[in-house]
Amino acid sequence: MGISLELRHLAKHFPGHAAVDGISLQIPQGGFFSLLGPSGCGKTTTLRLIAGFEEPTAGEVWLSGALVNGRRPYERNVSTVFQNYALFPHLTAYANVEFGLRERGLRDRAARVRAALELVQLADKGSRYPSQLSGGERQRVALARSLVLEPEVLLLDEPLAALDPKLRKQMRIELKELQQRVGITFLFVTHDQEEALSMSDSIAVMNQGRVEQVGTPEEVYLRPATRFVAGFLGAMNWINGVGLRPETTRLARETGSLNGYPARPATITRTVFLGNCIHVAARLETGEEAVAEVSREEARLNNGAYSVGEPIHIWWKHDDEMHF
Amino acid sequence: MKRGLAIYAAAAYLFLHLPLATLVLFSFNASRFTLWEGFSLRWYQAVFTDAEMADAMWNSVIIAIVSTIISTVAGTLAAYALWKRSSRLLSGSLYLSLVTPEIVTGISLLAFFQWTFRWLGWHLGLHTVILAHVSFSIAYVAIVVAARLRTFDASLEEAAMDLGATEWRAFRRVTLPAISPGVIAAGLLALTISFDDYVITSLVAGVDSTTLPMVIYAMARRGANPSINAISALIVVIFGAVILISERLREA
Amino acid sequence: MNRLRFWFLLPAWLWLALLFLAPLAIVCVYSLLSRGTYGGVELPWTWESYRRLIDPLYGTILLRSIAISAAATAICLVMGFPLALFIARATRRKSLYLHLVILPFWTSFLVRTYAWMFLLRDTGLVNTALIGLGVLREPLPLLYNDGAVLLGLVYGFLPFMVLPLYATLERMDPALLEAAADLGARPWATLFRVVVPLANPGIWAGTLLVFIPCLGAYLTPDLLGGGKSVMVGNLVQNQFTNARDWPFGSAVSLILMLFTLAALAAFYRRAPKELL
Repeated sequence: MGISLELRHLAKHFPGHAAVDGISLQIPQGGFFSLLGPSGCGKTTTLRLIAGFEEPTAGEVWLSGALVNGRRPYERNVSTVFQNYALFPHLTAYANVEFGLRERGLRDRAARVRAALELVQLADKGSRYPSQLSGGERQRVALARSLVLEPEVLLLDEPLAALDPKLRKQMRIELKELQQRVGITFLFVTHDQEEALSMSDSIAVMNQGRVEQVGTPEEVYLRPATRFVAGFLGAMNWINGVGLRPETTRLARETGSLNGYPARPATITRTVFLGNCIHVAARLETGEEAVAEVSREEARLNNGAYSVGEPIHIWWKHDDEMHF
Repeated sequence: MKRGLAIYAAAAYLFLHLPLATLVLFSFNASRFTLWEGFSLRWYQAVFTDAEMADAMWNSVIIAIVSTIISTVAGTLAAYALWKRSSRLLSGSLYLSLVTPEIVTGISLLAFFQWTFRWLGWHLGLHTVILAHVSFSIAYVAIVVAARLRTFDASLEEAAMDLGATEWRAFRRVTLPAISPGVIAAGLLALTISFDDYVITSLVAGVDSTTLPMVIYAMARRGANPSINAISALIVVIFGAVILISERLREA
Repeated sequence: MNRLRFWFLLPAWLWLALLFLAPLAIVCVYSLLSRGTYGGVELPWTWESYRRLIDPLYGTILLRSIAISAAATAICLVMGFPLALFIARATRRKSLYLHLVILPFWTSFLVRTYAWMFLLRDTGLVNTALIGLGVLREPLPLLYNDGAVLLGLVYGFLPFMVLPLYATLERMDPALLEAAADLGARPWATLFRVVVPLANPGIWAGTLLVFIPCLGAYLTPDLLGGGKSVMVGNLVQNQFTNARDWPFGSAVSLILMLFTLAALAAFYRRAPKELL
C-alpha cells in the first residue's frame, strides 16, 4: 500500500498570520483520512494548497511520489468537492460530470459518465440542471464529477455542512460506503468531531496551523496527545490536573465498595436529562466542577434520581485518566 | 402626501414623454406645416426614397456593427481581466473616458488622426469614425460586463481548473457562458450609442462618410421638415426595442 | 495565468495609449503652438492661446456655461427628487416606473433634442397651437435662447438625477419614517429633516452626473441655442471647424477638461461609493 499524498513542512503565510505553520503528513492510499479542527485552524488552506489554488510559502506537496509544487490545479491529479458544490449552472448534471473528461479529450466519455451517475444513484437525473436538484442531489453530482476522473486523492471541503442534520447523518454512511467501493483516497475536512470519528480511518487534528495529533479515531479520542485534542474530540472534566471524560467519571453514594479507587466528595449542582442518559454536574471541595454521564440503567442501580444539593462521591478508574 | 406625489409623478412622466410622443404623432401628419391635416404616410415614404439618407443609414449601420464588435470584445476581455486583478490606471482611465465631454474626445481624436495621418498619408473616413466609436464605447461595455461579473461565483472557475481546464478554457467554457447575457446587453448598448453619435462623428468623418445623425442634424438646422419626424419615430421605436431587450438581458 | 491576462488586457491598453492618452497629449501640445495658415498648427511655441482665455468675451462664455449647468442641475434636483421618491415608495410596478424614466433617455439624444425644436420654434407646435387658439397674435421666440437650452438640458439629463436618487431612497429603512412620525413629525417635516439628509449620497451622485455633462454640452446649446447661447462646448467646436484656430480650441478644451476633473474630484470625496 503506497502513500497517496505527502506533505513536508508545508506552510502558508498571509500578511498578519500563518494560516498553515509547518505541517507534515503521510496519507496512505485507499483510506478515508480526515483533517479535523475548529474554524481558522488552517484545514481549508491546507486543502487549497494540495489542490493547487494556493502556492505554499514553504514546504512541499508530494502526490504519488512526485513533487507537485508550482503545478497548476489542472496539472494535478487531485479533485475537489467544494463546500457549495460549485456545479456549473448552465450545464446539466450529465454535462457537469462529463466536464473533466472533455478536458482530457477521452473518447468513451458516455460510458464513464453513466457509470459515475449510477455510482451516486443519480442515473435518471442526468438531464436535470443544478437548479432543479435538491441539496443532497447536487452534492452527489459534485462527487460524481470528481470521481469520474479517478483522481489520486479526492479532497472534500466540509461537504456535509450545507445539509440538514438528518440528511447529514445519512450521507456519512453513504460517503463511507462510497469510498470503500471505489477505493480512492478521500481527504475529508471538517470541524465536526462526530463526523470525523464516525467516518475516518485516520484523523489529523489541527489547531492554529499545526497538526497536534494524527491517529485512528480510537487513538485520538481515548489517548489524546494534547489538552486541545482532548477537549476538541469530546467533553472533558479537569480534576486536579487530571483529565477525565464524563462517561468515565462515576458517582457513588457511599465509598465502601469502590475497590480502593480514589473517591472525592462533592455536591450535586444540576442534573440534565438527555433521553438516553443523564448528565450530573457536581462541585468538588476544590471548587472544580465535573460532569458525570450516567446511563439510565446505572442510575436505577444506584437508587434513582439525583437531586441538587445532595452530597455525592466522584470516582474513576486509573486507566481512564488522561495526563498532559 | 402620497396622492400629491402620484399626481406630480404623472406630470413628470408627461414632461418626459410628451415631446417625443408629439414628434411621433406629427410624423403621420399629412401637412408639411404644424397644423394637423389628416393622417398620412408620405413622410415615411420620403424617408425611404431619400438616397442621401439611405447612404447615410448604410454608413451608420456598418460603423455601428464593426465598432460594436471591436469594443464589445475589447471591453469584455478588459472587464474580465480587471475582475481577476485590478489595475487602478486602467479602471480609472475607463471611468475618465466616460466623464470626458464628447467635444473634448472628438477634437482630441481629430487632432490625433490629423497628426498621425501626416506620416501615414491616410485620410479621414469610415475607419476613423469606427476607431472613434470604439474609443468611447469600450468604457460602457466594460462597466456593464463588470457589473455582471460581480454576481458571478468565482469558485466555479476554480472548480473548472480543478477538473482539468486551463485558465483560458475555464473562461471559455464556464465564465463566458455565465456572463453572456451581460455581454450581449453591453453590445446592444454600444450599438445604440454608436448609431446615435453626432458630435464626435461629425468631427472625424471624412468627406464621404456621412452618417444618419449627420444628415438629421443638417436637416434640423435647415428648418422644419416633417421627414425628420418620420425618421425620428423610426429611430425611437427601434432604439426602444433594442434597449428593452438589453435591459431584460442585464436582469437575466 | 499572466499570459492570459496580458492578451486580454492588450486591446484595452492599446485603446488607452492610442485612443485616449495620445490624443489628449497632442491636444496639450497643440495648445502651446501657433495657429496654422490653412488650419492645423505650426511653430513657434507660444502661450498666446492661454492669454486669450482671459479675454472677457470668453470669460462670459465660461460663466454662462457654469451658470446654465448649475441651474439645470438645481432644476433637475428639485424636479427629480419627488419623482424618485414616488418610485421608491411604489409598492407595485417599480420596475415599470423605472423603465419609463430610463427608456426615453436611451433613445437617440439627437431626436430628443430635435423634439424641443419641433415644439418651440416659431412655426412649432406650441406657437401654432397658441396662435390657433387666439392666445397669441405673433409667435413667441421660444427657441434660440438661454431658456431653451436650459430646458433642453433639464429634459436630457433628468434621468441621470432620478436614478441615483432612487437608488439611495430605495435603500432607506421605512422604519425611520415611522420613528419620525412617532416622535411627532408631520409629513413635510419628516421629508426635510429625515428623508432629504439621508438621501445625501444620492443627491451628490446625481448632481455630479448632471453637472459635468451639462458643462461640456454641445448638441443642446447648438441646436436649441442656435449660436445665440454659446457654451464652452460650442466654442471648442467652432475653433476646430469654422474659426480654424486649433491651438485656441485645444486650450479651451483643456480648461474644460480641468473643470470636469475638478468637479469629479470634489464630488468624489463626498460620495465615492455611489459612483458605481
